[in-house]
Amino acid sequence: MLAHKSIVLKLILVITFCSVLIFAFTLGYNYYESRLILEKELENNARNLAMSLVNRVESELVSVTKVTEGVARSMESGSYTEKELLSRIRTTLKDNPRIYGSSIAFEPYAFRKANRLYAPYFYREKGKITFIRLEDSYQYVPYVYWDWYQIPRELGKREWSEPYYDDGGANIAMATCSVPFYEERGGTRILKGIVTSDIPLDSLTELISSVKILKTGYAALLSRNGMVLAHPLKDAIMNETFFSIAESRHDTSLRDLGKKMVQGESGFVHYTSLVGVKSWMYFAPISSTGWTLAVVFPEEELLENVRKMSLTMAGMGLAGILLLTLAVYSIARSITKPLRSLADATEVMASGNFDVELPVVRSNDEVGVLTSSFQSMVTSLKEYIKNLTETTAAKERIQSELKVATDIQASLLPRLFPAFPDRPEFDIFASMDPAKEVGGDFYDFFFIDEHNLCFLIADVADKGVPAALYMMVAKTLLKSEGQRLGEPDMILSYVNNILATDNDSCMFATVFCAILDTRSGEVRFANAGHNPPLIIESQGIRYLTLKSGFVLGPVLNSLYQTERLTMQPGDTLFLYTDGVTEAKNPEEELYGESRLLQTLQEGPLDDLADMIHRVRSEVKKFANSAPQSDDVTMVAIKYRGERA
Amino acid sequence: MLRIAMSYKSPNQMQLFVRFLGILLMFMFCSVYTQSAIAQTLLKKASLIPLWSPQAQFAGYYVALDKGIYARHGIDMTIRNGGAGHSAAESLQSGQADFAVLWLTTALQHRNADTKLVNVSQIIQRSSMMLISKKSSGIRTVEDMKGKKVGLWGGDLSIPPRTLFLRHGIAVKEVPLSHTVNLFLRGGIDVTSAMWYNEYHVILNSGVDAEQLNAVFLSEQGMNFPEDGLYTLEKTITRDSALVDAFVSASLEGWQYAFAHPDEALEIVIKYMHLAQVPANRIHQKWMLDRMQDLVKPGKGKGGMGTLNSMDYEAVGNTMQREGLIQSYPDYTAFSRRSNARP
Repeated sequence: MLAHKSIVLKLILVITFCSVLIFAFTLGYNYYESRLILEKELENNARNLAMSLVNRVESELVSVTKVTEGVARSMESGSYTEKELLSRIRTTLKDNPRIYGSSIAFEPYAFRKANRLYAPYFYREKGKITFIRLEDSYQYVPYVYWDWYQIPRELGKREWSEPYYDDGGANIAMATCSVPFYEERGGTRILKGIVTSDIPLDSLTELISSVKILKTGYAALLSRNGMVLAHPLKDAIMNETFFSIAESRHDTSLRDLGKKMVQGESGFVHYTSLVGVKSWMYFAPISSTGWTLAVVFPEEELLENVRKMSLTMAGMGLAGILLLTLAVYSIARSITKPLRSLADATEVMASGNFDVELPVVRSNDEVGVLTSSFQSMVTSLKEYIKNLTETTAAKERIQSELKVATDIQASLLPRLFPAFPDRPEFDIFASMDPAKEVGGDFYDFFFIDEHNLCFLIADVADKGVPAALYMMVAKTLLKSEGQRLGEPDMILSYVNNILATDNDSCMFATVFCAILDTRSGEVRFANAGHNPPLIIESQGIRYLTLKSGFVLGPVLNSLYQTERLTMQPGDTLFLYTDGVTEAKNPEEELYGESRLLQTLQEGPLDDLADMIHRVRSEVKKFANSAPQSDDVTMVAIKYRGERA
Repeated sequence: MLRIAMSYKSPNQMQLFVRFLGILLMFMFCSVYTQSAIAQTLLKKASLIPLWSPQAQFAGYYVALDKGIYARHGIDMTIRNGGAGHSAAESLQSGQADFAVLWLTTALQHRNADTKLVNVSQIIQRSSMMLISKKSSGIRTVEDMKGKKVGLWGGDLSIPPRTLFLRHGIAVKEVPLSHTVNLFLRGGIDVTSAMWYNEYHVILNSGVDAEQLNAVFLSEQGMNFPEDGLYTLEKTITRDSALVDAFVSASLEGWQYAFAHPDEALEIVIKYMHLAQVPANRIHQKWMLDRMQDLVKPGKGKGGMGTLNSMDYEAVGNTMQREGLIQSYPDYTAFSRRSNARP
């Protein structure tokens, strides 16, 4: 996917991605750590706040408890009249502005035999201390069945009641501290009654509710049953318990938390508060009543600063990454722009135009080096192409000259067949295929006189132009000397001496030279290092066994010997150069003399042209596309008899 | 209408149309007026007093009132406030209420004391009373309660547990119970009486888990005393038996509607609680309504909803007579009026 994108895009993607990753990780870690630190600090703060509130509530409760216990103890020491009793309650109330109401409630018939129930009660009503009798004012349930009486009575110890609405008494929501008092009678302690002091719930909840924590944080107060006493959820106060809220929210963890609270534990927890906000809470018991005080810190507000800071950091980081991206973009562009123009220039060059404007090198970096290398490459290429063009032109000129040379050379050899249509005594056919434009092989035939036909085949060592030039000389000499001297050995000796004189280039040629007497069929021949020709007679075909003479050219005064052979009418003499027998196939195998003999044995023998063409095609077939390495020249002469 | 009026071209036609419209409107007004007047005159006034102040225990009646089911059955119903100081039995006796929700035990005691009241429908089919102890106290069975402090409510509500203790031949230290569960929670008593639909849930929602409690259902101890039933005086039936039929039908229909639409029923109950200025704890009322559904549903082979099972009746009567709470009890047919009118 990425492999097809441009370098700029790749760089931007990879670098931006990595930076975002690193930044996000750093930011996340920072947020997490800040949060941890904050939470640790928070726990201390929350504990301190909760404990200071607990202490304030506790001190109020303890002072009320102490007063109530004092009254109870005083009830146990000595006797008192009803008047004294009433003034004792009134004084207690007067001296303790925290106490809203106070009563001394007696067990049935315990105050005096005449009254079953007796419970004088003083309380503050509109700033004035009011007196009522609870045995009269409680309409439906006698005071002995109220929790504030019954529970300390059954337990035999001081108790703070669950907050309740004192319907029929002071008619407010309150909590009552009840202390039982006893009478010693015959060694046993007999319960006489309960001393009570009430504190209005308002005075406590106002203190709790007045606590402001962050924006929406709050302090809350729960009773021993988990009843909500002070809380921002006004509807829940004195109506819902922590557990009923947990039930309505199907939240068992909230219930478990509530259980910890009512069991008098303290702790610092992360939870979803009753107002439905993720919060931290520290809760601690108020030991004298078994109530629980809790301070709640909304997490969101707590982390607001951290979040704000993180947001700012995120913004800064984002801007930084944007800047980085821009920087990467510009650097990448500065690299790829010359690269792209180089690529464009290469494309133009590929189409053959080397006069391309290359980007200007401004820097010494890798791209600069590449550009200047490219520049020198272009220069070298241009130079090379120029040379190549010139060389090609020169070669073409030589080529065309060689073509002319080929034509000239070809025109030097007798090419018109039948060569002597007016001489029925013999047939002659020849062919020469040069390996290069011009060859070193040649053949010739001409009449010396009326009856003697001189024919020869020669092979100049080497090929190409030098061979061709040597051949020209040799051929001209052979023809002119042949016509003058008329004997093969003399012709060869004479021409050798001419060639050997001043032969600086050490060139040489092999020559088979023969003269046919057309009247008798006698052939006189001499050989200068040439391949032995074949004689095709009625008895068969065979190679002539020759006296080997030295090649023409290198040494002065070489001696040659004329041999004789008489051809019967129908006999054919087949001359060839080593281009035939030394033709190679791709396996570097030579065509060889035996193959030549076999080809001739198989082939048509009557028509000389057919014979030579067949040998040529067989040699070509054998060579099988291997390049022709040497000139291929063949001459065939058939004696037909004088008056055939 | 407007488009038709606009299409009238001549003023004569227009006047005719306006006059017709006026007559039509007058006729419609008169018919609505007379209909409501007829409805008002047709509704019979009646009143019901429940055992206690408004709560889901009486959801069926408040739903029947609020949804106009009583009115549909031709009753202009008033539900009086029950609760402390308002004895349902006394209100029925004195004629302050035409109908009352009473326990079967209460009703039999009053019948024994010559109040001619009749069960016209039995709503709660079985006893919902429990005796609850903390597992930590080691009390598991009724026998374990011997000599322990047991909280009992006053009046008729103490009959079933007392009968149970008598039957098991054990004596307990009775402690009178008020309306809170605090005495039990603080350990002032070892065992407390509780109603499954009420106090049991209050205890749970004071932070005590069900697993920490040992709860004995009286109904599982052979003390299946059917509780809330609808009662009226014999003379009311004699005077207007159709009214009684209509009342029973409408009340049962109210219950059925409440069970079919618990959320709506809960809203209605809470509305009446607010009207009576009683603190309303929604989840507690929901629990109560759910339990009422369990309790109102008749047991297998015990007849339809609202039926007083004759065997249950005999068992309660017999037990009360044996325990000396009543001298005698009337025949089932004399005590229970099976109305043909079904919801």
